[in-house]
Amino acid sequence: MSEDTEAEETSAPAQRISSFVFAIILITLVLSLAALYFALTAYSTGDASAGVLLVIGFIGLGLSTYMLLQTRRSVMRLALKIQPVVTTISCQKCGFKNVREFERGDFVFKELGPCPKCNDKLLVSAIYREIKEKPKEERF
Amino acid sequence: MMTPQVNQWGGDPLSLVFQMVFTLIFVVFIFYGQRIQMYVMLREVEGSLLRLKYMRDEGRKAAIQTIKELGKPSNDPTGRVDQFLEYITIGPEAMDPAGVVWKLEHILDVQDTRFKDEVKLMAPSADLTQVNNLENTLEAAWALNLIYKIIRHYYMLGKKTLSLYIIMQIQMILPLVMREAEAFASALKAFSCGQPIGDGAGQLVAARLMYGHEKRKVEKDYLVSTIQIEGRTVHVLKAEGPGGNVGKPGEAIKQIVEENEGKIATMIIIDAAQKLEGEKPGDVAEGIGVAIGGPGVDQFKVEEALVKYRIPVNAVVIKEDIGDAVSPMRKEVFDAVDPAIERVKRVILEKTKEGDTVLVAGIGNTIGIGQ
Repeated sequence: MSEDTEAEETSAPAQRISSFVFAIILITLVLSLAALYFALTAYSTGDASAGVLLVIGFIGLGLSTYMLLQTRRSVMRLALKIQPVVTTISCQKCGFKNVREFERGDFVFKELGPCPKCNDKLLVSAIYREIKEKPKEERF
Repeated sequence: MMTPQVNQWGGDPLSLVFQMVFTLIFVVFIFYGQRIQMYVMLREVEGSLLRLKYMRDEGRKAAIQTIKELGKPSNDPTGRVDQFLEYITIGPEAMDPAGVVWKLEHILDVQDTRFKDEVKLMAPSADLTQVNNLENTLEAAWALNLIYKIIRHYYMLGKKTLSLYIIMQIQMILPLVMREAEAFASALKAFSCGQPIGDGAGQLVAARLMYGHEKRKVEKDYLVSTIQIEGRTVHVLKAEGPGGNVGKPGEAIKQIVEENEGKIATMIIIDAAQKLEGEKPGDVAEGIGVAIGGPGVDQFKVEEALVKYRIPVNAVVIKEDIGDAVSPMRKEVFDAVDPAIERVKRVILEKTKEGDTVLVAGIGNTIGIGQ
């Protein structure tokens, strides 16, 4: 059985970023880069406006990058997470245990074929999904 | 040394531009602040609405696909599924509340029969277990469609009227609505495949107690097994699985109580309960009262029987999130079954004496849980 319990994602729909929003982001990005360029030129000539242009350039660059990341994240968020479910098959007599992926038709207490070890009947003893969460430090 | 250029107002041109821009922003925010806030809220609702639409479409697709796979219909079931998703149930009038429970029960019975008949028509080759699972799948898709339509209604109404208060109301409850919708979306796969869900924790405890013992059918989709625990006769009730089924625990409990002429020393009801934020999933708690959720008809019936015969009632609950209740059962919830059984046994030993009769009932959806 695969130990990988990372959530699978269903196929996300086509990208839905509006072209208008994308154009605004692009214009902001170009203007910010221009402001940075002018800032550098002003700095080399000793112009006092270099500092202001530098601040404007960095703010614009930060904002456009953030907006671009946000639109990308909202597209990714659409996909539904499906966590893998496992079925545990065990023998009540000899304790034989087998864990496999869930198959349609499995249910708890379903009797399956004979046990490969003792020939007694095998039973579906558990069906569950395991979520591996990072332990969080709880303050409350 | 360079000196900044000075204009006729005595400042440098860059400072003047900044000052004008800030003044403009200030004026715009004074007059249009609320409108800007409204557009930000609308944008947020729009994003969630897009996700709800995606979930609704996935639900519809999953329902159609499962019907085609299990039911093998001769015609395309798409039209019938779309019709099903638009079903409405009108609750009883409660101006005169006397007898409203029976009216509600009747409406729910009619709805259940109607849903089952529809599923049988859509999926003629499905067996009883598959019919129950398909019914649950369609109900989850129906719930997603309803949530989507309600949120869309308020979004469009807010946009049309430009009323901040309409938009604000929907934006405030949106995180809770989205959680519920996510739960139904993850329930789709569980229902269509017949996987046990978190809500079935109570049924799993009952199934463990009655496994290997003789069973007989009682009222409305419930089974009873009579077992012995430390010299006490214990009637264990569980909804008939493994199909998606909650049965009518109220009727079943009432029947067992009447069969024993009310001579029940104590009753223990086991169910899944919604945990509060900060509590761990799978925590077991006990107390008193009738732990039966849903529209309240079954809880009412059990309480009537309890009062009639003065039977003490105990509750053992397994805590879980609302999302976990309709998603495939978490390992933590599954592992909580053993501690819950220990609690049940402890209550029986502490509250009753040898020779007494006890009733233990598992509550919830028994999908994916046999007996």
